[in-house]
Amino acid sequence: MSRILIVAEHDGAKLNPSTAKCVTCAKQVAGASIDVLVLAADGASVASQAAALAGVGKVLLADNPANAEPLAAVLAPQVAKLAAGYTHVFGPSTTYGKDLMPRVAALLEVGQLSDVMAVDGPHAFKRPIYAGNAVLSVEAPQDAVLVATVRVASFEAAATGGSAAVEKVDAGVPLPTHTRFVSRSGATTGRPDLQSAARVVAGGRALGSADGFKIIYSLADKLGAAVGASRAAVDAGYVPNDLQVGQTGKIIAPELYVAIGISGAIQHMTGIKDARTIVAINKDGEAPIFEVADVGLVGDLFAIVPEFEKALG
Amino acid sequence: MRRIMVGVKRVVDYNVRVRVKPDNTGVITEGVKMSLNPFDEIALEEALRIKERGLADEVLAVSIGPADTQQQLRTALAMGADRAILVQTDAAVAPLPVARIFRQLVDKEQPFLVLLGKQAIDDDNGQAPQMLAALWDRPQAVSCSKIDIADGKATVVREVDAGLETLEVELPAVMSVDLRLNEPRYVKLPDIMKAKKKPLDTMSLGDFGIGEASPFRNVRVEPPPQRTKGIMVKDVGELVETLKKKGLV
Ligand SMILES: Cc1cc2nc3c(=O)[nH]c(=O)nc-3n(C[C@H](O)[C@H](O)[C@H](O)COP(=O)(O)OP(=O)(O)OC[C@H]3O[C@@H](n4cnc5c(N)ncnc54)[C@H](O)[C@@H]3O)c2cc1C
Repeated sequence: MSRILIVAEHDGAKLNPSTAKCVTCAKQVAGASIDVLVLAADGASVASQAAALAGVGKVLLADNPANAEPLAAVLAPQVAKLAAGYTHVFGPSTTYGKDLMPRVAALLEVGQLSDVMAVDGPHAFKRPIYAGNAVLSVEAPQDAVLVATVRVASFEAAATGGSAAVEKVDAGVPLPTHTRFVSRSGATTGRPDLQSAARVVAGGRALGSADGFKIIYSLADKLGAAVGASRAAVDAGYVPNDLQVGQTGKIIAPELYVAIGISGAIQHMTGIKDARTIVAINKDGEAPIFEVADVGLVGDLFAIVPEFEKALG
Repeated sequence: MRRIMVGVKRVVDYNVRVRVKPDNTGVITEGVKMSLNPFDEIALEEALRIKERGLADEVLAVSIGPADTQQQLRTALAMGADRAILVQTDAAVAPLPVARIFRQLVDKEQPFLVLLGKQAIDDDNGQAPQMLAALWDRPQAVSCSKIDIADGKATVVREVDAGLETLEVELPAVMSVDLRLNEPRYVKLPDIMKAKKKPLDTMSLGDFGIGEASPFRNVRVEPPPQRTKGIMVKDVGELVETLKKKGLV
């Protein structure tokens, strides 16, 4: 029988939705028991959020002042130790999981699967390669623990309503001090989170400046949407890096994605393949984005976007 | 000798529209343009800049791949790497054995910094740097967009989902680089000529005691489900109407 350990992602206070998506992935491994590991400085609240996820059997809470910030070098040896007895260790394919899970796998001397997008069996999975232009079916050895990151855009969040027990644990391993957290800067915009928003309005190079990008924020606010951007818009400094969508940015699956002045490069499309409806606004009728858009409108965005916002009432 | 080791991989060029082989064993690479993995090119550029600032004496480029990978290593030498090592194999080597090879090279070459791309754009694994750091028991900094080195330490800015994170790590350390770290230089013709004389050593997987190229078995490669072309609307009125019908606004 499969025993799956999921490494929770959180910011010290709130459980990241990526964890609930890992739970859904784990549930697709037939007959698996699912435990969640919370590594934190003071994680009681996060642990209780994890315990409320339907399908979770037990929450392990490793409280330690060293876990105040998610440093892979500090967390990995604890995860590796606490993984004893589990057949699978999953983490989300977010920047947190991508940093941590390979380090865990190497400490366990096993390989790691990145971006699991479908479960074919306890040791058989699908994952995207070549920026999602191909899908690889892969089999992992039966006799080794399987470490994987879960492509969060491929799974719905597990529902709440569970009431798993929370058990305090201590890995009791020496932790390195060679890596120190200094600071984190991020836009707390009050807008919906790009990775979990149902609607996303994204702008590209065509917006021309940070000032030009304001019409994107304004339309997004009207729609109650998160704001995204192409790499070109980020590189040009119109918006911060955490808004980038694509192969090297965020992979998202909103109900509605509105791409404005974005050409539709392969690397951008990788990030929105799973969006339910893609709307494209571009002045070039030949732009590749129209090949995949569900609804396309050719024209000058600087005229269309304000008109669109007005038409929404 | 203050040495920086850089990992570089030969991959299908990022401009190529990749197609799956009809027999589902992989993607078509015959007759397809191959290049240095773009992230690795940025890692190499950063190593060269660190050396040019007088903080390193030698840049060593290492690749694991088929004989033709010599082309990419020559490019790395033309960009400015001082020497190169090719661990030659036709097998697709997975990140864990890659990390084990690098681990052994680290013992031999004693770099104070190992720089790699944050992912290779073929397998999109993004694992080798973190695995090397684990096997070496040293700090890792993943997805760096700024690296400052001083006094045996490095201060790095990494791109994370929440924005930017700054870490301080002791050296030696492993860093994986993101696209915004720098813009790689263009190679000039005289540099290509000079690169021909720089040392390029070839080794084999056997030299590292690596038997199995991957712990996993690739079963099948398929094209992703295709999105179909939708409808074109003529104006904003029709756009809003369409979205209303779909219940999206
Ligand atoms: C290794 C690698 C990784 C990458 N990762 C990513 C990634 O994660 N995300 C990403 O987005 N990109 C990524 N890229 C970059 C990608 O290849 C493209 O360069 C980028 O997506 C282009 O951004 P864009 O569409 O905004 O700009 P452009 O391609 O320049 O497109 C601008 C579009 O705006 C339209 N336009 C101009 N003016 C107007 C107007 N007034 N009204 C309406 N439309 C107008 C134009 O017709 C054009 O289609 C990556 C590249 C590499 C090499």
